[in-house]
Amino acid sequence: MAVTDLTAAPTPGSGAPGVLRRTVRAPQARVGLAVLALVVLAAVLGPVLSRWDPFTSDVTAFGRPPTALHWFGTDSSGRDLFVRTLVGLRTSLAVGLVAGPLSTLVAAVVGAVGGYLGGRVDRVVVWGIDLALVLPSFYLLVLLAPTAGRAGWFAVALAIALLGWMVMARLVRAQARSLRRRDFVTAARFLGVPTGAVLRRHVLPHLASLLVVDATLGVAAAVLTEATLGWVGLGLGPPAVSLGTLLAAGSASAVTRPWLFWFPAGLLVVTVLATSLVGDALRDALDPTTGTAGE
Amino acid sequence: MLRFLLRRAAGYGVLATVATALGYVLASLTLHPAARYAGRTPPVPPSVVHAELAALGVDPGVPVPARLWHWLTELVTHGSLGLSVRGVPVTAEIAARAGTSLRLLLLGSLLGALLGVAVGTWGASRQYRWPDRVTTVGSFVLLATPPFVLAVVLMTLAVRLDSAAGRTLVPFTGEYTPGLAGGWPAQLGDRAAHLLLPTLCLALGTAATWSRYQRAAMLDVLAADHVRTARSMGHTRRSALWRHGVRVALIPMSTFFAYSFGLILTGAAITELAFSWHGMGEYLVRSVVDDDVNAAAGTVLFTAVLVLLAGVLADVLHAALDPRVRT
Repeated sequence: MAVTDLTAAPTPGSGAPGVLRRTVRAPQARVGLAVLALVVLAAVLGPVLSRWDPFTSDVTAFGRPPTALHWFGTDSSGRDLFVRTLVGLRTSLAVGLVAGPLSTLVAAVVGAVGGYLGGRVDRVVVWGIDLALVLPSFYLLVLLAPTAGRAGWFAVALAIALLGWMVMARLVRAQARSLRRRDFVTAARFLGVPTGAVLRRHVLPHLASLLVVDATLGVAAAVLTEATLGWVGLGLGPPAVSLGTLLAAGSASAVTRPWLFWFPAGLLVVTVLATSLVGDALRDALDPTTGTAGE
Repeated sequence: MLRFLLRRAAGYGVLATVATALGYVLASLTLHPAARYAGRTPPVPPSVVHAELAALGVDPGVPVPARLWHWLTELVTHGSLGLSVRGVPVTAEIAARAGTSLRLLLLGSLLGALLGVAVGTWGASRQYRWPDRVTTVGSFVLLATPPFVLAVVLMTLAVRLDSAAGRTLVPFTGEYTPGLAGGWPAQLGDRAAHLLLPTLCLALGTAATWSRYQRAAMLDVLAADHVRTARSMGHTRRSALWRHGVRVALIPMSTFFAYSFGLILTGAAITELAFSWHGMGEYLVRSVVDDDVNAAAGTVLFTAVLVLLAGVLADVLHAALDPRVRT
């Protein structure tokens, strides 16, 4: 029974409803969640409800500012910018939702294995992380971007995830190292629980809060990275539409036709801001040291 | 302390060498130099394409390890990074562009770090009161704004200012006004004016990141026993904060500097592109667009050296702030 007590006591998963309640209680999280819900709703429903198609031109309106007919105006070939922005938002959100959690997964596996096993494996992991940190990941991403961009949004998301896990892996490794020495992990080890099961059942659940926060913030970071790659002109190419490709097309005319730049840019900033507000509130709710001082 | 620094520097050197080699391999695998010659009228004979690519050392017929070995031996024996597809030595091109990037990087990151540390300290010392709230919201908005959007915001503001003043107060395209009359004071002033917006663009983004970390580090320190002890020994709040708080909070920040440098480099590359500066960021993007393996590998090497220097600098700062690592 002593073993169950040791393993049961510090399981953080048991506080999940409390975490959710604490998160939602923070005003910044409420604002973030509400805005995020609106953004997702717009991305899902907007293109369906709009009377315009993202790829066909309205030959009566070339490069027009916003009107009642075209809410965000039209581009120089007469395509409706409202529907294009929302379709682009769909792509950007998809990239973010794949790349953010995926990079967290890589970080969790690499970091937990290195930190928990220690010894030679750990040295290889640390060396690998340091090596990957010597070159700014964005520079490597720029090299990979044309290849990934030709293959579609999923490949872009993969590339972003593969180059975005290093810092988190370091944190996970440090945590896993300290967990290794805790009583409940030692107990499980001496009871003959296989290494994989110890990692899955006892080490990773304790890192859950860290990982959830990282995945949330990773979504925001991936959306930003995709937009930046697109703006540079190296991400997805036509006919694919993302916030990045729209910004690439719009930034040249930010002065003459401001709506082509400001609508996608504004939506990008709002989406990223809302996601990071939620991620930050999650971190506060999950971090035991923060307490309730903020309320 | 010297031994500590030397050991760290040697470690960085090995890492940077391996990373550069990997960068070269990645560039060789993802870029297709032969594509430049495809679809031309009149068509370029395959033998000519082959000869041109072989002269650059990027012949796809040669296995990548052999090409890497050739590139590395050229670098070590002649200090040469090969020719770019335009026939210019990559080292010459880097020498011409490095100053542009370094000027922006140095000013932007220094200003950003100072601003970030100041704002973070200010916010932490007034936790949950209005200075903290305002700076937190501000840094979140800045962190959600990519540098190229921030650049357009700054440019739009500058245009407004200029039209209000009736003349160009803040020039922002390129590094200087071409063909400007006047002696060196006018030239210097012109360059400084051109520096203003890009530096601000980079510094604001950097400051936003730094202020968050400084705030967190500062809050940790403010709750620590030694600050309370300092207060109980009669230090004023201000003196306890500065002498015992900020210094200790800066220790983790020196490690963070090494990490965040990659971010600063990225921000600088995007800022350069946004303001049409001909720096290393632009060189990298152009090398990818041009399928220029040597130029891309040269940029990767340049970046690795910068990151290495930043790592050594972070260690020096760490050793200066924290006596425990000086053994």
